[in-house]
Amino acid sequence: MNTLSHRKVRVQIDNVSLAYGATKVLRDVSINIEPGEFFALLGPSGSGKSTLLRMLAGFNQPQSGSIRVDDTDITGIPPWKRDIGMVFQNYALWPHMTVAANVAFGLEERKLPREEINRRAAAALELVGLADYGSRRPNQLSGGQQQRVAVARTIAIEPKVLLLDEPLSNLDAKLRVHMRTELLALQRKLGITTIFVTHDQEEALSIADRVAVLDGGVIQQVGTPTTLFDRPVNRFIANFVGTINLVRGEVSGDGSALHFAAPLLGNRTLTVTDCRPGTAELAIRPHALKVVAAGNAPHDERLWVDGGVTEREFLGEFMRYRVDVAGTSLVADAPHFGGAGHAPGTRVQLGIDPATVNILPAA
Amino acid sequence: MQQRLSFTHAAVALAIAAFLFVFLLIPVGTVVYAAFTNSDGSLTLAHFGSFFSLTLMRESFYNSLYVGGMSVLIASIISLPLAYFTMRFQFRGAILIQTLGVLPLIMPPFVGAAAMQLLFGRSGSVNLLLNDWFGFSVRLMEGLNGVIFVEALHYFPFILLNLTVALANIDSAMEESAQNLGASGFRLFRRIVFPLAMPGYLAGAALVFLKVFDDVGTPLVLNVTDILAAQAYLRITSIGIDDPIGYVASVIMVIASLVALWGSTWVMRGRDYATQQRGGSSLARRRLKPWQAVFAYGWIILVLLVVLSPHLGILLLSLSKVWSYSVVPDVYTLDNYVTVFRDSAGMMTNTLLYCGIAAGADVVIGTAIAYLILRTKLPGRQWLDLTATAAIAIPGVVLGIGYLRTFKDFQLPFTDEPFTAFWLIIAIAYAVRRLPYALRSCSAALQQLHVSLEEAAENLGASKNRTIVRVVVPLMAGGILAGFVTSFLTAAVELSATIMLVTKQSDAPMSYGIYLYMQSIAGRGPGAALGVIAVITVALGTYFSNRLIRNRAAGQDSNPLKTGVHA
Repeated sequence: MNTLSHRKVRVQIDNVSLAYGATKVLRDVSINIEPGEFFALLGPSGSGKSTLLRMLAGFNQPQSGSIRVDDTDITGIPPWKRDIGMVFQNYALWPHMTVAANVAFGLEERKLPREEINRRAAAALELVGLADYGSRRPNQLSGGQQQRVAVARTIAIEPKVLLLDEPLSNLDAKLRVHMRTELLALQRKLGITTIFVTHDQEEALSIADRVAVLDGGVIQQVGTPTTLFDRPVNRFIANFVGTINLVRGEVSGDGSALHFAAPLLGNRTLTVTDCRPGTAELAIRPHALKVVAAGNAPHDERLWVDGGVTEREFLGEFMRYRVDVAGTSLVADAPHFGGAGHAPGTRVQLGIDPATVNILPAA
Repeated sequence: MQQRLSFTHAAVALAIAAFLFVFLLIPVGTVVYAAFTNSDGSLTLAHFGSFFSLTLMRESFYNSLYVGGMSVLIASIISLPLAYFTMRFQFRGAILIQTLGVLPLIMPPFVGAAAMQLLFGRSGSVNLLLNDWFGFSVRLMEGLNGVIFVEALHYFPFILLNLTVALANIDSAMEESAQNLGASGFRLFRRIVFPLAMPGYLAGAALVFLKVFDDVGTPLVLNVTDILAAQAYLRITSIGIDDPIGYVASVIMVIASLVALWGSTWVMRGRDYATQQRGGSSLARRRLKPWQAVFAYGWIILVLLVVLSPHLGILLLSLSKVWSYSVVPDVYTLDNYVTVFRDSAGMMTNTLLYCGIAAGADVVIGTAIAYLILRTKLPGRQWLDLTATAAIAIPGVVLGIGYLRTFKDFQLPFTDEPFTAFWLIIAIAYAVRRLPYALRSCSAALQQLHVSLEEAAENLGASKNRTIVRVVVPLMAGGILAGFVTSFLTAAVELSATIMLVTKQSDAPMSYGIYLYMQSIAGRGPGAALGVIAVITVALGTYFSNRLIRNRAAGQDSNPLKTGVHA
């Protein structure tokens, strides 16, 4: 029954900039989105991610730079001639039209024959599981259903690219997780190049093939979810994507053998790569720190430091400890099967695995 | 593409600007110019000097201010308790208040004025009864008091409605925290509630002042001529179009209106209390104490009786053959209606025609201006809004005088009739005068539409113009309809400009007809009958349009985009 066809296209954003007066909204943004990719634009509010998405749809014009879809420059084309479908954050369903009329709208504007319109509108509603809801009004539907209608309305025109603006933000927590998998399944089925905007890092990491993180109108990092999480390139990414311990120190040595030293490590150093000598920050994920009772540290590749537990927090999957190490407070997550763990006040040892840490330029 | 669009926008904006320029700015400008120039064109203040050297003019000036101010005061005294009781107490009269709110508005004060004289005048029903029972009488309808009484009674709903909305919008936490800190009763009202409701109150009060200042029919029907509107009308119609005193009176009226309008916003500048309730619970309505209940219901019943009296009076008058020196008419008849339908059917069609044209033009212009303001970045678009809205401060008499002077030498093509004698000029005056209402209604409707509804249409392939046709206008339909109805109904009872612009009986609308009939004792019966017909028409129009709008709204209810959900 899926009779909607989609050609996979590449989207290239080249050196796009936009400023409102003195406020720079986007600064020299370049992203290359592969055909058929499920791509996320992640960033805090005011980062420029929505502006970039609206620029792809044609509602904002870049002051410099270009946007190309399969090598065709679309920068000057008005929104209604772009064939880039967008699902709005608030769904923007027209209350004066039925569900079916909403879905048929874009097809009517394309002056398609009636049978074709009916066929494609029905196919789109079928695809989102609302085949029987055509005669309803948008306000008679639940939030989740409204969103499906908004998606159906957009994919019915067989757009080259699908844009989703905070698609899950108006849904309650349970439905959000459900719709997340549903959107992913739909995207995989259609194979349409999809770009979605979110401020929720968990949402972006869980469904996107690749993620671009924006802050202050600047691309901070583009990469797969695992790259962003395990190899953040700067302090912002490390903080924004997950929880992180940052330890200030000094990198010394030359190109072949670099060492990171910090008061917290005592007189020992970590052998590191991919960084330059000078002041730097050691970034360690809480789950990459191994917690054992004092004196129990095994002899392995880890570098062990001594500390005292100051607080602990039970988070279900793991216990989160706050450990004071030489005046620096570190957060460490440890599985808690096998006992009550370590009470505040007890001495522990924390193991740092050199393979799981990152050295970031000092802020 | 972008280029062509802004060209269309600019063309529409220019057309509207031209209309407002020719039919609002130039006529008012002409009036002002005439007040400040000698016959040879040189500038002078001499006309103002001679204006204030005339005792009658000085008195008229003071009387106008006095009547305007006193009407606001009386209207406030009527409105404040009504608004406060309904919004803050468990009170069963809420629906009555709603009715009270619209009832007077559907009948212009000059229609009811004659009936009020029969009911409250020196030998009216009330005084006859008082005299019989208690041996004294009240002089409510004597001179300026009569005008104030009638005006306050007709225009208090402007204050009541604005105040009710303002009270409803006060965040309950504001009052609750005051109560929590120990304020209650009248102190709570004086120190917290009323100051927060001030913007709404002042908006209503300014409107009442404008309306009273503008009204020429009521004083004339009540035989009060020593006030500005009446003097402006009488000078121009009796002495002539070149009499400078009429223009000075007009300019003073415009200035007073502008001062009232600007004054109300100026006082509130920088005090935009954003008190719109954000979720949460609404204020628990307090229970009335027994003595409060007695006072509240007593006040409501008294106001209701008095508010209804002109309507009742006009109905009795229309059914009476003879009514003088008696509590109720002596002989009843339907002859007045027969007379009216025989003689004045043309007036009814004229009213439909003029008001239809005016209201149609208003919603088209109103929608266009609203769109230009809210959806484009066209330079100067704010001026369109400002100019169109400024019409509210121009008294009808002044606009009429402006038209007469501006277009006096302008001959209609293909006829030897002057433009000022052409019926269309009445419709144009209505359109200009009622444009602010239609514009408010249209821009409120567009403001409620989340812009994403339009962007979604563009995103799916609809051009700007197609989007307007398929999404914007259908979704604005309720507001546009409301604007049309408001313009139409208020134009139907317009007299101030009408009285200046009607040149022959065959072109006269109903409002003018009622006024003419009311001039003579013998005409009061038929005049009342015409008034009843007008009131019933307006009431039915209001009722059905409200129902239509409510039905539409119900169909689109719980639409998250109306309130604007955005993170």
